Amino acid sequence: MTETGPIRMLLAKVGLDGHDRGVKVVARTLRDAGMDVIYSGLHRTPEEVVTAAVQEDVDVLGVSLLSGTQLTVFPRIFALLGQYGAGDMIVVAGGVMPDEDVAAIKAMGVRAVLLQDTPPETIVTTLRRLVAERGAR
Amino acid sequence: MSYIPSDILAERAARGELQAVGRLISRAEAGVPEVRTTLAAIYRRTGAAHVIGITGVAGSGKSTLVAGLALRLRQVGDKVGIVAIDPSSPYSGGSILGDRIRMSELAADPGIFIRSMATRGALGGMARATLEAVDILDLAGFDAIIIETVGVGQDEVEIARASHTTIVVSAPGLGDGIQAIKAGTLEIADIHVVSKCDRSDANRTLMDLKQMLMLGHAAAASTDWQVPVIGVSAYSGEGIDALVTAITRHRAVAFRSAAGQTRRLAIADFRLRKTAENLLAERFAAVAAEGAPPLARRLADRDAGPYTLARELVANLLAWESKHE
Ligand code: B12
Ligand SMILES: Nc1nc2c(ncn2[C@@H]2O[C@H](COP(=O)(O)OP(=O)(O)OP(=O)(O)O)[C@@H](O)[C@H]2O)c(=O)[nH]1
Ligand SMILES: [Mg+2]
Repeated sequence: MTETGPIRMLLAKVGLDGHDRGVKVVARTLRDAGMDVIYSGLHRTPEEVVTAAVQEDVDVLGVSLLSGTQLTVFPRIFALLGQYGAGDMIVVAGGVMPDEDVAAIKAMGVRAVLLQDTPPETIVTTLRRLVAERGAR
Repeated sequence: MSYIPSDILAERAARGELQAVGRLISRAEAGVPEVRTTLAAIYRRTGAAHVIGITGVAGSGKSTLVAGLALRLRQVGDKVGIVAIDPSSPYSGGSILGDRIRMSELAADPGIFIRSMATRGALGGMARATLEAVDILDLAGFDAIIIETVGVGQDEVEIARASHTTIVVSAPGLGDGIQAIKAGTLEIADIHVVSKCDRSDANRTLMDLKQMLMLGHAAAASTDWQVPVIGVSAYSGEGIDALVTAITRHRAVAFRSAAGQTRRLAIADFRLRKTAENLLAERFAAVAAEGAPPLARRLADRDAGPYTLARELVANLLAWESKHE
């Protein structure tokens, strides 16, 4: 919880990636931790995801990726967030990807990467910490 | 990043900057004191948008219908705002806001703005900040603003006191017209929609509903407006044109007739009372946090009755008022 109400979160799946088991587990975990969760559904474009994140003004945009496309998806997402003037949005990632890609997307501005076998509590506490660090907006 | 004052955001929102619209709605939802003066100023600049309420039992097809409707309204040139409400979990306070996912075909259009909201314990089918979100969208130049309520049960009919045009959605196979009467939604509709008309049992629901309405009309027979019953399939697109025509006609009634005038006054009355109620609840919570524990102790000790002590607590509220003027 922030002082101003539940944390708002958009969970997004981008491109042809059809793995949605993990993202649905995460959605329920976060709801049960008291957050408001919006799920994008499968096969969205970065444009659609960022537009939704901006309209919903979520605290956190979380992208679930098990398709290996992280190095093309995140540059696009950050460019679009910049165009909307939404540079203060916290972006996190989850799913499956190699270590060197984790480092690369963190360098782009992804604040946390929570891959398979991350315990649910870790996901919840990480998101809460990131939102608390950001402060009021 | 620094905190941008709400009145600056309001100017940006008025120019149609979507990020500012989204942020202002968040601040309205949070009820931060700083945004309230801005919201007051915003309210005075609103009133142009046509506010359309869509309600009906859970799963009746509201979100899917809203998507189809928004697409069609876009074709006639309206910018469309959507506020879609889903319930918060009573256990965790969290929510999964599922309306938006049914509207994904609208995702690419900058003339459509979708905002999901959780009820956070509010009753009546809307969230506390729903109407403030409508104001902000109105300011930003959205011509039609659709409110999708939570799936209503009984008595959750506030939407009729908040929208110019109320659409009640009934799905086939969810029982007969008695259901609508029990839910209290028969009377609040300006337009009845029977959804999922691609299904074979939809005709039955259409007939039932028309019959129930006919009975009602014999009693009420007034009005410049005959409530239509329209069969729609969001899947095939059947009936959407008829629905848009009905909405357009009702918009004229709402904005130009004497009955519309009366309705707008009723909307203002509801808004005033509801806002005052929320304000009271907020202040009471603040006062009770401090004042209730000692009174509760006295109640536990059988020192006085609950009614006596409750009056004392309410007196604290009045004292708080004069201190904070
Ligand atoms: C189940 C599965 C499938 C199922 C998917 C069912 C479904 N509806 O989800 C099916 C059989 C359909 C499938 C198909 C394919 N799969 Co597959 N699949 C898997 C498998 C075995 C498990 C994935 C899973 O569900 N895990 C369980 C969930 C709970 O874990 P998770 O998704 O990782 O989520 C957790 C965390 O990552 C995190 N998390 C996830 N998202 C998010 C988001 C945020 C914001 C946060 C904070 C956290 C977070 O939290 C979750 C809970 O801890 C993985 C192998 C693996 N080890 O991951 C391969 C795997 C993902 N699949 C793979 C491949 C290649 C495919 C196919 C292309 C195979 C093919 N040639 O046809 C197709 C592609 C389908 C498509 N359109 O995308 C590869 C991907 C390789 C890559 N990324 O480079 C993997 C890694 C297997 C491998 N080792 O090769 N697959
Ligand atoms: N056959 C048919 N099914 C439909 C139609 N419209 C919606 N549905 C289905 O009805 C179900 C509920 O649709 P929603 O649009 O989510 O209904 P809702 O009233 O918004 O639901 P809540 O917001 O949860 O109360 C989904 O499975 C839809 O696919 C339609 O025109 N025809
Ligand atoms: Mg819905």
